Amino acid sequence: MSASLDTQNTVRELSQEGYKYGFVTDIEADTAPPGLDESTVRFISAKKEEPEWLLDWRLAAFRAWREMTEPDWAKVNVAPIDYQAATYYSAPKQSAGPKSLDEVDPELLAMYEKLGIPLRERAALAGVELAGVAVDAVFDSVSVATTFKKELGELGIIFCSFGEAVREHPELVRRYLGTVVPQNDNFFAALNSAVFSDGSFAYIPPGVRCPMELSTYFRINAAKTGQFERTLLIADKGSYVSYLEGCTAPQRDENQLHAAVVELIAHEDAQIKYSTVQNWYPGDAEGKGGIYNFVTKRGACRGARSKISWTQVETGSAITWKYPSCILEGDDSVGEFYSVAITNNRQQADTGTKMIHIGKNTSSTIISKGISAGRGQNTYRGLVRIQPRAHGARNYTQCDSLLIGDRCGAHTVPYIEVRNPSARVEHEATTSKISDDQLFYCRQRGLSDEDALSLIVNGFCKEVLKELPMEFAVEAQKLLAVSLEGSVG
Amino acid sequence: MMLEIKNLHARLADGREILKGIDLSVAAGEVHAIMGPNGSGKSTLAAVLAGREGYEITEGSVRYQGRDLLAMAADERAREGVFLAFQYPVEIPGVNNTYFLRAAVNAQRRHRGDPELDAGQFLRLVRATLKLLDIGDDLLQRAVNVGFSGGEKKRNEIFQMAMLEPRLAILDETDSGLDIDALRTVARGVNGLRSPDRAIVMITHYKRLLDYVEPDYVHVLQDGRIIQSGDKDLAAELEQRGYGTFADAMGGDAA
Ligand SMILES: Nc1ncnc2c1ncn2[C@@H]1O[C@H](COP(=O)(O)OP(=O)(O)O)[C@@H](O)[C@H]1O
Ligand SMILES: [Mg+2]
Repeated sequence: MSASLDTQNTVRELSQEGYKYGFVTDIEADTAPPGLDESTVRFISAKKEEPEWLLDWRLAAFRAWREMTEPDWAKVNVAPIDYQAATYYSAPKQSAGPKSLDEVDPELLAMYEKLGIPLRERAALAGVELAGVAVDAVFDSVSVATTFKKELGELGIIFCSFGEAVREHPELVRRYLGTVVPQNDNFFAALNSAVFSDGSFAYIPPGVRCPMELSTYFRINAAKTGQFERTLLIADKGSYVSYLEGCTAPQRDENQLHAAVVELIAHEDAQIKYSTVQNWYPGDAEGKGGIYNFVTKRGACRGARSKISWTQVETGSAITWKYPSCILEGDDSVGEFYSVAITNNRQQADTGTKMIHIGKNTSSTIISKGISAGRGQNTYRGLVRIQPRAHGARNYTQCDSLLIGDRCGAHTVPYIEVRNPSARVEHEATTSKISDDQLFYCRQRGLSDEDALSLIVNGFCKEVLKELPMEFAVEAQKLLAVSLEGSVG
Repeated sequence: MMLEIKNLHARLADGREILKGIDLSVAAGEVHAIMGPNGSGKSTLAAVLAGREGYEITEGSVRYQGRDLLAMAADERAREGVFLAFQYPVEIPGVNNTYFLRAAVNAQRRHRGDPELDAGQFLRLVRATLKLLDIGDDLLQRAVNVGFSGGEKKRNEIFQMAMLEPRLAILDETDSGLDIDALRTVARGVNGLRSPDRAIVMITHYKRLLDYVEPDYVHVLQDGRIIQSGDKDLAAELEQRGYGTFADAMGGDAA
C-alpha cells in the first residue's frame, strides 16, 4: 500500500516536472478592462501617474501601431492574436508602491521564493544559488521590489523599476527612451511603447564597474494578460555592467503575449553584458497554450571602444520571435551575440541577431546554437550589415544546428550586406544529428539515456554556455536537460 | 561463470544474419582472444554483448554472472561492470574528457551505492591511473575523442577501462594500427586489470598483442561462428597459415 502511494507521488512529481513553474498565485489584482484603444493607454499612464510627455509619447506609439500590421516574414505559425481580448494592465493590489520589502505581499514573496529568486536582501543569501545578485522582479505588469538598492546607490548606480525611474530620474529616461528602439520600430515594439506597464531601469555612472550582477525576473501570472515591460540600461563612459534576465509563467491553456522592449546604451569604453535565460511556459506536447514571446532587444554602442554582448538561452515559449541586435556606431566598438535556442514538441523559434556596423574597425561575433527535437522548428535569422563608413569592419558568424529525431526542423537564414570593400565577413554553418553512435558510447559508459542526451547537448552549446555568469550557467544546463525530456528513447 | 553465450544468433534490421550460433564460456580470471577475418562478425558480437540497438536476437542466450544479459539495457550492463573498448571510439564535441569520465565513474558508483567522487578525489584517481598506465595527461582537457589520433583514441579507451575497473572487459581491435609504444600501453592496461574476479575478451586481428598479453584461450570466429578454439599456440598457427586455410579445413563458406 505504501508502495502504491509512493508511485502515485512519483507520477505526480514527474508530470509536474515538465514545467515546474506552472503554478498560479492567488493575489488580488488591479486590472484594466480588456481591449485596446486610446483610453487604455490613458488608463495605464494615469494609473502610473506619469508626466504629460510620457503620455504623449505613448499616444504617438499607439497611433503608429494602429497603422501597422503584424510582421509575417518570420518562419513561425501564429494563431491570430485578438488584441482586443487581451488585458493590458494587471497589478497586484497594493496601496501605492512598496517602500520596502516588508510591504510586499507575502504571497508574492513566497512565489518568488518558489522560483528561487532571492528577493530578501539578507546576508543569509550568501549560501543561496543566486547570491550577490541585485534583483528587480516584475510580476505581471509592475515591478514589485528591487534589492540591494542601497549598496548600489553608494556607487551612484541607479537600479530601479521603470516607473520609479520616470518619477525619480525623468531627465535620464527622457533623454534615452526610444533612442535605440523608436516607438514605430516594428509592430510589437510600437504596441509595447503604447501600453508598457513597467520594467527595469539601470544607469551606471562613468568609470564605475557594477560590483554585482543586476537581474530582472519577469513573471506572467494573471490570465489573459499581455506583458509589456521595458528595460532601459545605460552604461556611461568607461563603466561595466552585467545584467541577467529570467522569466517564468504559469501553465495555461490559452496563449499569452509577451512583447518586451530592451534598450541598451553603451558610451565610450563602456561594456554591457546582457544574459537571458528564457523559460516561459512552452505549451503542452500538442502545442496547446504557451507564451508568445515577441521581443525587441537592441543595444547601441554609441561610444568608441564600447562593447555590448548578448547571451541568450531560449528554452521556453510556444513561439519565440527575437533578434537582440547591436548598432556599432562608435569606432572600434564590439558586438557579440551568443545564443542557444531549443525547440521541442510544437515549439517554434525564429531568432537571431542584427549587427549593424557603422563605425570604423567595428567587430562582431555571432555564435548561434539551435537545437530541435520533437516537432520543433528552429530558425536562425541574422543580418550583418557593413555601412560605407565602416572601414576595417569584421564579422564572424557561426551557426550550428543540432537535430534530435527526424520530425523537427532547423533553418539558417543569413542576410549579409557589405557596403565597404575593406570589410571581412565570415560565415560558417553546420547541421548535425545526435548520432546513435554518440548515445551508445555514453550509455556504454553507464550514462542513462537522459544523461547522455544532456551531456551531448551541453557539449554542443558549450561555447555559448561559457559566456553565462556562473550561477546562470548551472541553471541553464539543468534547463536544457528538462526541455529535452522525452525526446529520445 | 562470468559470461556464458549459448547458440547466439543475431541479425540486422534488413534480415541478414551475422551471428549464426555462437557458443562461448568465459570464467572469471580468464583472458580470451577472438580472432577472425574482417566481416566475420567480431564487432557485431561485441555490440550485441554491450547492448547496442539495431540487432535482433533470434535464438540463444547470454548469461552474465548468472543474469540474463540480453534483458538488461545497455547503460545497466555498463553499470554492472561490462566495458567495451570501441573499435571506432566516437567524438563528442564540447564535452570535456575528464568531465565525461567522472560522469561515467559516478554513474557506476551511484549504481553500486558508493558515494560519488568529488572533483578532487576524482583527480587523484585519474593521476594514479595515468601513472600506472604510463600515459601523459594531455588527453584530459580535450573534448572526448575530438581530434584525437587513432592511437590517442585507443589509449583513451584503455584509460577509461582502467578507471572504470570493469568485471568483464571486451576490447574490440584495440591493438589495430598502434605503434609499439601504444601497444605496450594497451598491454599494461589489460595486464593491470587481470585478476581472479575479472574476465577479459580481446578481439584482435593480429597475434602481436598476444605476445604482450598471454591469453588462456584463443577462438577463431568465421562467418558468424566460432570454428575453432585452442590455447595461445592457435594464434601462432593462425598467423602462419592464415584464416583461409582454416576455413577450408573446416569446410567453411567464407568467400
Ligand atoms: N549496423 C550494421 N549495419 C549494416 N551492416 C552491419 C552492421 N553491423 C555489422 N554489419 C555487417 O555485418 C558483417 C560483420 O561485421 P562486423 O561484426 O563489423 O565484422 P568484424 O568486426 O569481424 O570485421 C559485415 O558484413 C558488416 O558489414
Ligand atoms: Mg570489427
